Amino acid sequence: MGKIKEIVILSGKGGTGKTTVAASLAELIHDKIIVDADVDAANMYLLMEPENIKETEFKGKSIANINTSICTSCNLCKELCRFNAIEVINGDYVVEDISCDGCRLCQTACPVDAIEMVEQIVGKWIIADTRFGDFIYARLNPGGENSGNLVAMVKYQSKLIAEEKNISTILIDGPPGIGCPVIASLSGSDYVIVVTEPSFSGISDLKRVLKLTEHFRIKTGIVVNKFDINIENTEKIEKFAQENKVEVLAKIPHSFCIIEEISKKSIPSTNCEELKKPVIEIYNKIKDYFEAEMAN
Amino acid sequence: MFIAVASGKGGTGKTIVSTSLALVAKKCTYIDLDVEEPNGHILLKPEIEKEVPFNLKIPKIDEHVCTFCGKCADACVYNAISIIPNLKKALFYPDLCHSCGHCTYVCPVNGAMEEVYREIGKIRLGISKDIKFIEGRIDVGVISGVPIISWIVNNYIDFNEINIVDSAPGTSCPVVESVKKSDYIMLVTEPTPFGLSDLKLAVEIVKNMGKKAGIIVNKDRGKNIIDDYAKTVNIPILLKIPYSIEIQESYSKGIPLVEAMPEMKGKFGELIDKIICENGKN
Repeated sequence: MGKIKEIVILSGKGGTGKTTVAASLAELIHDKIIVDADVDAANMYLLMEPENIKETEFKGKSIANINTSICTSCNLCKELCRFNAIEVINGDYVVEDISCDGCRLCQTACPVDAIEMVEQIVGKWIIADTRFGDFIYARLNPGGENSGNLVAMVKYQSKLIAEEKNISTILIDGPPGIGCPVIASLSGSDYVIVVTEPSFSGISDLKRVLKLTEHFRIKTGIVVNKFDINIENTEKIEKFAQENKVEVLAKIPHSFCIIEEISKKSIPSTNCEELKKPVIEIYNKIKDYFEAEMAN
Repeated sequence: MFIAVASGKGGTGKTIVSTSLALVAKKCTYIDLDVEEPNGHILLKPEIEKEVPFNLKIPKIDEHVCTFCGKCADACVYNAISIIPNLKKALFYPDLCHSCGHCTYVCPVNGAMEEVYREIGKIRLGISKDIKFIEGRIDVGVISGVPIISWIVNNYIDFNEINIVDSAPGTSCPVVESVKKSDYIMLVTEPTPFGLSDLKLAVEIVKNMGKKAGIIVNKDRGKNIIDDYAKTVNIPILLKIPYSIEIQESYSKGIPLVEAMPEMKGKFGELIDKIICENGKN
């Protein structure tokens, strides 16, 4: 059996096709758990038809609350707060929820103990059954914070299930960007697939993501989606990949079939031939990589 | 006037829309607050005049003076400090620090802790034709872009002028920070189940914040899942941009939409005039 393998799909730039690639790979890998780590804007559930849904509330940081009947309006909390979270409304000192970072400095400093910390429910994580196996995803309440912690929670839960059921692969559809939730998705993973597109923006974002995976020393491969939109840029990506010793796993053409299938909420590689081949290529290359690693 | 362009789902066309708005608004400031992956510069090609490092205050512990009492570690809710009294070690993890100042506030020993600056990103200022260009950009490996977004919103925006903000994707803290002070939010979406699902989350934020908003449908192929939804939540559809491979090709080369398709110029012009007229304070 051996170690559980974690494969994360990232992109830097949003909308390049992470979920398309993730869902298509989910069809190919037999023994796996599927995780949607884009807790801000989860989409994978739309294609997975989840059943037997079990939801658990996720508590995030606590935020400050000022008891106005005790508060003496000394202004110390407002002076100290670096998040500009304390406002004076009609003479009352009030914490602005969305700005409060939960650092508790105001609570420590308050000379009359008028401030308490109140725990916030910031979202929920969900375990469900699908015809592809166990599926774990999450929903951050809109505007919520701590999405990195929620990503970590979802990953932790998927590992528990993998260990319990002896499952070998965890396939993670990651969030866009390079910040906190992306770093949380990456940490401890074994392989990163970066899905990019041949636009100047796609390339610029790809470079930033590759810097990140290099920083964390995680094996990375690239998938160029809609490669035929700009062949010249696709060649630039291939050259860049070669120079940086990162493999281009596959190229996917622009395809109305993929758009149509996603509009019907079905997994596009089932019916779109132009996607089937590159996805098999990705699958085989990653499989080879892990087999070689095991042999070492 | 502060117009924020946001989306929920990534890659729906925020940058295409915000740069188009900036190019048709005669005099304005374009502010790229997608600080993890700023791309507006690729389309607007500004001349960068100034690059300002953005620093956060972080603590520095002097182990020769520190008594290893552990008060700073107890105060830090982000677990950025560990104190090991037996080894006389004070460990600080800058990536976890939120720069709140709690640790230095509680430190009882004079001289054991001071605050120093750590660079986490850059603010680039420039000009592109009549457009003032401002961009925030975090260094790779930095966890949160929120401080730089907040700093730009509070220090660089002249609310008497027209400001067009390209915000981060998603629905969490960076987006909230980008749109908090806006007068109007344009939500860019695409007519797919993914686009709709994420639009719903973005609309929830807009409603929670009590902001005025409108929807722009990109990659429109004449299907109506967004139309029906927009009606039920009573948010106007401001503009539809057709699905076009030519648009994707020109975008891939860094050509702004209103230059690639001049017929869109008039539509964006009307749109921005209408929004300013109905929502502007000036």
